Amino acid sequence: MTRQMTGAEMVIQALIDQGVDTIFGYPGGAVLPIFDELFQQEEVRHVLVRHEQGAGHAAEGYARSTGKVGVALATSGPGATNMVTALTDALLDSIPMVCITGQVPTTLIGTDAFQEADTVGITRPCTKHNWLVRRIEDLPGILHEAFRIATTGRPGPVLVDIPKNIQFQTGTYENCKDKALTQYHPAVKAPDAAIREAVELMAAAKKPILYTGGGVINSGPKAVALLRDFVKLTGFPITSTLMGLGAYPASGKNWLGMLGMHGTYEANLAMHDCDVMVCIGARFDDRITGRIDAFSPNSKKIHIDIDPSSINKNVVVDLPIVGDVGSVLEDMIAAWNARKPVQDKAAHAAWWKQIDGWRAKKCLTYRPSAEAIMPQYALERLHALTKDRDTYITTEVGQHQMWVAQYYGFEEPNRFMTSGGLGTMGYGLPAAIGTQLAHPGALVIDVAGDASIQMNIQELSTAVQHNAPVKAFILNNQYMGMVRQWQQLLHGNRLSHSYVDSQPDFVRLAEAYGAVGIRCSKPSELDDAIEEMIRIDRPVLFDCHVVSLANCFPMIPSGKAHNEMLLGADVSDEEIETAIGTAGKVLV
Amino acid sequence: MMIVAGQSQSAYFLEEELPSTERSHTLSVLVDNEPGVLARVVGLFSGRGYNIESLTVSEIEHSSHMSRITIVTTGRPPVISQIMHQLGRLVPVHKVINLTWAGDALERELALVKVAGKGEMRDEALRLAQAFNARIVDATLDSYVFEITGAPADIDRFVGLMKECGLVELARTGLAALARGKTGI
Repeated sequence: MTRQMTGAEMVIQALIDQGVDTIFGYPGGAVLPIFDELFQQEEVRHVLVRHEQGAGHAAEGYARSTGKVGVALATSGPGATNMVTALTDALLDSIPMVCITGQVPTTLIGTDAFQEADTVGITRPCTKHNWLVRRIEDLPGILHEAFRIATTGRPGPVLVDIPKNIQFQTGTYENCKDKALTQYHPAVKAPDAAIREAVELMAAAKKPILYTGGGVINSGPKAVALLRDFVKLTGFPITSTLMGLGAYPASGKNWLGMLGMHGTYEANLAMHDCDVMVCIGARFDDRITGRIDAFSPNSKKIHIDIDPSSINKNVVVDLPIVGDVGSVLEDMIAAWNARKPVQDKAAHAAWWKQIDGWRAKKCLTYRPSAEAIMPQYALERLHALTKDRDTYITTEVGQHQMWVAQYYGFEEPNRFMTSGGLGTMGYGLPAAIGTQLAHPGALVIDVAGDASIQMNIQELSTAVQHNAPVKAFILNNQYMGMVRQWQQLLHGNRLSHSYVDSQPDFVRLAEAYGAVGIRCSKPSELDDAIEEMIRIDRPVLFDCHVVSLANCFPMIPSGKAHNEMLLGADVSDEEIETAIGTAGKVLV
Repeated sequence: MMIVAGQSQSAYFLEEELPSTERSHTLSVLVDNEPGVLARVVGLFSGRGYNIESLTVSEIEHSSHMSRITIVTTGRPPVISQIMHQLGRLVPVHKVINLTWAGDALERELALVKVAGKGEMRDEALRLAQAFNARIVDATLDSYVFEITGAPADIDRFVGLMKECGLVELARTGLAALARGKTGI
């Protein structure tokens, strides 16, 4: 069925046909026709943010907590350039997102017109794909293809740049939701031979480990369920990247905790000593591998990934399996059940015994304090008081983010929204708003640092306007904690510009925005304060004063291997200063 | 800070690649002929730190808006695989073929070579041009423009000789390449 309508109407109609109920945006000259159409309908809710970056991260939060596409809308020029960080963030974390930007009229393109920027040029390296729409005839096809590309294969951000005159022009709209405009058709099913070979390798494993990532969650609830079945079937220990937390429950008996730079002792040692590693939907990122030539030196590595370019990019693997995690796991479980392998029970028992020995180190132990709030304690309490509720957690970037990963046990997928690949400070508050608007009754908490929260603090106003009762739980240590930790490790404890002077009064700041401020600095009062925060059905800034010099451990210092971890409880100041060699210092 | 090969203990690829295992590869990339497609390919190479030795692009099928990009790049085999996968990931890319892996591919390039001089050097230039099967496409009393088609190495040799005969200016097209035999891309 086709209909005549303007370009601006087509945008709204395509959103409706794609099942989009909420978009995040900010108006401006070059998108006024689209905003005019938004005004005249009720099917798509528009959430007005305070900065386009906020719109992008809110769309990401919406996408990650629902598994649907996040949609952002911005004007030309500065509107589009403000979106760049969020697009790059979504690209690195493989988040499905469609961003629509206005552009100056086609007749003015290239003339340095007011608010003109080469949006497709600027966003080419930070989107999965993008288009500048030059003809009204192309608009419906491109809009629908943007959704298909954003969601299929390895998900990612797609941008459609629409000149203002195209928004005004009238053309023929057709709902071409299921038609492919381009030849993009990523393979979903892996070859049977690879599946069988993987099963053989796993069946013979004496010291196996599953290393899972965001790809499991991106693949959807079916993949998550299959992963849990697969762990039960094989009895293998399982660890995960930051992006994959929640796919396997933190309370599950095979769970080793997160791996990598701030991962647990048992997860990293098991990765180092394993004989068969099954990487499922993760990408051997440098935060995971540490020193690459000492990375799990004696294991056969199986890598399941939907993106062929992830295979052998950082670590050479023995058995690549290109396909969707859900499809591959389904085939693998079927192959395992058909093969009915007899596992080496004695070897597995010995492996678990070794793992239990590592677990006994209790690497997440910290020195408790009765006077001041330890950040780890704050997160343990936050977890204890929120775990039985319908809770979603977002974070900013830094120490607090790693502490969340370590101390907040995630039981379900899509509950933890954090900027993993790009490490974007300022992600958490807008992402929390996006999450909250997708899940109106839920408790959504942005665990923040005092530095990060100020990077997109203006979005508090968005939360107030749209009745999104998000809670920003700020671990306030007066420092950019992770920067300070690295300066301590690498730069002779010279704390260059990592102390945040002239901090705002967060309680009064919250009140100025029409939100609620809570301050707490005593461990004895923390539980009551958190309970109060949960009770308040409005946005809250929770200023949690924690000890200022706590460091985030365990840590694999840059340039070191998985078995060269620094543990928090027994690390001396001298060890911290000499932890990183000359060669490691150049690394991030 | 100097980074010594093999000692960087790097979480990134800081080791210098061993030159002995590097070689040049000719990639044929079939793409949709749409605005920005060349920028995507070139941006991928610069953004990920791959080098381009030669790049040619031209529409090969007008009806289906298809272009063929021929890229010559250097690297060790894993890097070349990575480049091919990264290219394959671009939405407008239909196919990526490594002609160097496929075997002894046909590789041709065209060059226009302007030389100026009088007397013996001018005669020598003409004799060499005949030896290399170069055509004269422009001549004045004290200059020639030759057109030569051949494998890049042959053109290199011809240009090298012309430098001795008063080379003024040179324009090269970059590589066009096809696999031998009856099958197509």
